[in-house]
Amino acid sequence: MTASDASTSHGHPPKIPRTKDELLRLYRQMLRIRRFEELAARAYTQGKISGFLHLYIGQEAIAVATKEVMEPGDRVVTTYRDHGFALALGSDPKACMAELFGKKTGLVGGKGGSMHFFDRKVGLWGGYAIVGGHVPVAAGHAFASKYLGDGAVTFCFMGEGALPIGATHEGFLLAGLWKLPVVFVIENNQYAMGTPLARTSPVDDLTVRGPVYRFVTDRLVVRDVFEVREHLARAARRAREQSQPCLLELVTYRFRGHSMSDPAKYRTKEEVERWKAQDPVHRHERELMEDFGVTEEALEALDDEVVAEMQAAVDFADASPLPDPEERFQHMYVEDPSAHPELGPFDRTDIPALTVRSFDPKG
Amino acid sequence: MAILQIREALRAALDEEMARDPRVFLMGEEVGHYDGAYKVSQGLLAKYGEMRVVDTPICEAGFAGVGIGAAMAGLRPVVEFMTFNFSLVAFDQLINNAAKLHHLSNGQFTLPIVFRGPNGAAHMLSSTHSQAFDALLSHPPGFKVVSIATPYDAKGLLKSAIRDPNPVVFFESEVMYGVKGEVPDEEYLIPIGQADVKRPGSDVTVITWGQGLPVALRAAELCAEDGIDCEVVDVRTLRPLDEKTIFDSVRKTHRAVVVAHEWPTCGFSGHIATRIQEEILDELDAPVLRETYEDVNMPYAENLEKLVIPSAERAREAILRVAYHRI
Repeated sequence: MTASDASTSHGHPPKIPRTKDELLRLYRQMLRIRRFEELAARAYTQGKISGFLHLYIGQEAIAVATKEVMEPGDRVVTTYRDHGFALALGSDPKACMAELFGKKTGLVGGKGGSMHFFDRKVGLWGGYAIVGGHVPVAAGHAFASKYLGDGAVTFCFMGEGALPIGATHEGFLLAGLWKLPVVFVIENNQYAMGTPLARTSPVDDLTVRGPVYRFVTDRLVVRDVFEVREHLARAARRAREQSQPCLLELVTYRFRGHSMSDPAKYRTKEEVERWKAQDPVHRHERELMEDFGVTEEALEALDDEVVAEMQAAVDFADASPLPDPEERFQHMYVEDPSAHPELGPFDRTDIPALTVRSFDPKG
Repeated sequence: MAILQIREALRAALDEEMARDPRVFLMGEEVGHYDGAYKVSQGLLAKYGEMRVVDTPICEAGFAGVGIGAAMAGLRPVVEFMTFNFSLVAFDQLINNAAKLHHLSNGQFTLPIVFRGPNGAAHMLSSTHSQAFDALLSHPPGFKVVSIATPYDAKGLLKSAIRDPNPVVFFESEVMYGVKGEVPDEEYLIPIGQADVKRPGSDVTVITWGQGLPVALRAAELCAEDGIDCEVVDVRTLRPLDEKTIFDSVRKTHRAVVVAHEWPTCGFSGHIATRIQEEILDELDAPVLRETYEDVNMPYAENLEKLVIPSAERAREAILRVAYHRI
């Protein structure tokens, strides 16, 4: 499929069966991300948030579907467009918003801002702000999983803008060479900042890079959160059960500019409208009403609840204190190893063998 | 006491730490089946297997990043750069990830990782293979930086580096792997951040590290013939720098020369000179002088290379100058 498929029908009846409760639950999660970011955008224009603010609006189904297929111990490594994953994985919206506000109560104590969310307890192993630089790191997490035999899957997300850079391919190479339990997902929102894919990639189908690294590949246009979930689940199963790395391209669209300072003049209004017509959030909203008889009033009430939750996050962030001056030096180096369980004793001896391709010098 | 080469002392440190902690693994180009480009890791693959002595393709950004990711997930990688010249293509991993992630994640992730390999000029390898990254990798906060010059220091400091909960850059030297010295039979550790007075003296403090040490010691011998008694301080760790040992020595001698296998502009030698004048200017009887590489890319030709790298003769002149001694 290509981006032009976006103009096709909304896919009714849905290919993947779903229940009303399940649909409501996922719809609510997507809406939470959207409302959080709308309020963040407003706070940005009010000068309460500074730096760069890259919004995920339009791509929420991907983060929400990812959480659905994760098991305890699994990890998500993503880019600077990271709010959606934090919220979907279960980070406290208050701590997320406080981080955007540069407050002491933020996810990383005001050290990272929008582009550097880390929330280990929910499986968010980082928002990385140097394009492609996180791909080898994610392969390293998967290497540790293989080494320790912990059964965890690492999900590594990148924009299509990460495909040209070398680090991406070096991470891919080692994941393929050592058959690491990792799912690489290209969130192809079709613009690397302001540059369309056609001006950076010789091919439209980005999964053609997969086979050279022995990846199993898959490709999907993001319209339906259940479809995304199914494709991610398939890849996660391969990674978990067969230690088979996968490359999944999810064709999607961000409705806002690259960041808050980008008016997105490089796209036509028609193109944006075409994608908005099949925005998963709106599609599922219509589906709830048309297929499951949820009333407009009920959806409004749900929306009010979500907005209230996110407004409370804004209020919390606003009221939170700034970091204490001495906190800027905190965590430059590990001062107290006993505060970090992973640095404690380790008595296992059952380190498995690494799967490397065999080579017989005698031919 | 055994007499070991630096490469053997490093190997002993790796072996002991891998035996001690199954999380420790070695990764890099040619570390396994080839037994190490400089034979530091000889025999380790046979003993520990391919999961713990990991041969990588030529992709420094890739395997440096894998090491970082593995460290975050609880392992203790030792990443070997065949030389630090090749670490240049992994600088994003080193500086944006290794040096930052503990702080950036507000302490949620730790990075107990060692990046080790030879640094500085070897012999007739020209400019791309004869570079010193002492200052470059000490500049951004986040790393500990070690530079060794004896088998004893190599073993004790590498063991400490592997056990350190922070990312450590560990500089060795291609031309010094064969240097021999005494290494105790029993286990020992040398704390990171402690300088060592390699030669006591009273007239001039000569501060050095790594490949600079033999130059400094030779210069001290030459100066002894001039009646100048040098104290040679091997800082061993660039970050954190043991300023106390440096300052204590300069308070005694009131004169200092830095001998360093690195470029002079924005070099670590300049940092040391700055720290001395910032903290104990009144103790100085002469400006701090330096003997470093000349400020030029390393040429291949033997005679030209010899001119560019620090020499004991030029170091002697600097020492005599700060002692206001006739040259």
